[in-house]
Amino acid sequence: MVPEDRKYSKEHEWVKVEGGRGTVGITDYAQKQLGDVVYVELPEVGKKLQAMQIFGTIESVKAVSELFCPIAGEVVEVNGTVVDKPELVNSDPYGKAWLLVVAVENEGNLSSLMTAAEYQAYVDQESKG
Amino acid sequence: MATSDSPLKRTPLYELHRELGARMTPFAGYEMPVEFRGVVEEHLTVRSKAGLFDVSHMGEFLVEGPEAEAYLQKLTPNDVSRLAIGQAQYSALTTDKGTFVDDLLVSRTGESRFLLVVNASNIEKDIAWMESRRPSGARLVNESERYALLALQGPEAEAVLRPLTEIDLGAMKYYRFAEGKVLGEPATVSRTGYTGEDGFEILIDASRGEKVARALFERGALPIGLAARDTLRLEAKMALYGNDIDLDHTVLEADLEWIVKWQKGDFIGREALARQKEKGVARKLVGFEMVDRGIARHGYPVVAGGAPADFVTSGSFAPFLKKNIGLAYLPAAHCLPGSEIEVEIRGRRAKAVVVPTPFYKREKK
Repeated sequence: MVPEDRKYSKEHEWVKVEGGRGTVGITDYAQKQLGDVVYVELPEVGKKLQAMQIFGTIESVKAVSELFCPIAGEVVEVNGTVVDKPELVNSDPYGKAWLLVVAVENEGNLSSLMTAAEYQAYVDQESKG
Repeated sequence: MATSDSPLKRTPLYELHRELGARMTPFAGYEMPVEFRGVVEEHLTVRSKAGLFDVSHMGEFLVEGPEAEAYLQKLTPNDVSRLAIGQAQYSALTTDKGTFVDDLLVSRTGESRFLLVVNASNIEKDIAWMESRRPSGARLVNESERYALLALQGPEAEAVLRPLTEIDLGAMKYYRFAEGKVLGEPATVSRTGYTGEDGFEILIDASRGEKVARALFERGALPIGLAARDTLRLEAKMALYGNDIDLDHTVLEADLEWIVKWQKGDFIGREALARQKEKGVARKLVGFEMVDRGIARHGYPVVAGGAPADFVTSGSFAPFLKKNIGLAYLPAAHCLPGSEIEVEIRGRRAKAVVVPTPFYKREKK
């Protein structure tokens, strides 16, 4: 199931905003498409990201994918654990495998992202296509 | 996803792959299973138990006739005359520059009868190459559509296959084969593979492929996709045509001099290779391991001694070794193990070191 406490991008990232802090990760659908994740590259704390700017790279055994930040803000925390244990992206994409936290510039921007239900419909459509 | 004008072909096991939940991908004109349960798990299955690959997309050519042996001696650098009936050898179709039209297995199935197994992506090119050089005393038949080819690989391969065949698998040495029966159907079973493990390849009429595969799955073999086939062969430093070997690199540069039998007489490319050997081989395909974080991938630039060298020919995370490894052609001065090089990963130079190969070698019993 797609968690309802966060918003989703068309690039299959999620963002969960609490008290101005936006935690970002990739979706379960994305990790399934990637297959076994073996490498994650994340930015430095302090980097300012625009909405949908590339912030890092995620690699499965077979594929290299770019990571897009669904919402603008400055990086205030990155998940070092997932860098050391990339397989967490496969086992717990919505939990332990969060990638970074940004100080959200404008929470109003969240409205341009999809709700859980909208994302589910989007994924259903994409997997049919 | 790659698109093509011609529809993708399917192997005799296509329906079974779908039933087993494979993720399919276009490969060499075929719709092939790339992954079943996950590439890491599949890779480790082959290293520890038994895995089954559908390699029916590969090409099979029959070469026979009074001039068959002389014909193959001319086309390939390895010595076909050394092959006994029931024996196979790794070899290549070489150009007059000593580069690769293809790499292949040559098996002697009769006094004047041979089976060649070639890469799926090269079938048409190989046939054209061979046909234009064929003497009247040799017949060449492309039998690729006739067969299913199953590769059963891993330390438990023999135990899995044994009850299904009367062929004496225990007595079969590496790179030997026997014609006999599997599940009562005529089949050719060889002790060969592309994984660095013990194992067998079973060549059987296309219509019997699924039945044999199902029996092997019932006996405990697990299905393995192309993704794990690639990581397994890379750990064992087995060359992949189109990546590591091609029309631009010679057999010597590919570090495959062991398939060149200089004493056997003339073959296409011999002169160029002999000249290169005399002058010294300026670049060689070597294995490296990443020191810095990052995964080297096919096509990434390599820097050796501060100067641009060549490109990564194959690179991946290695699931058994749990390291990031790769192959590249390097200038001779940088080919020794311990030599430090750099791989350019998305604009960043990451340190790597040349290591002895194969990266993985199974322990012989």
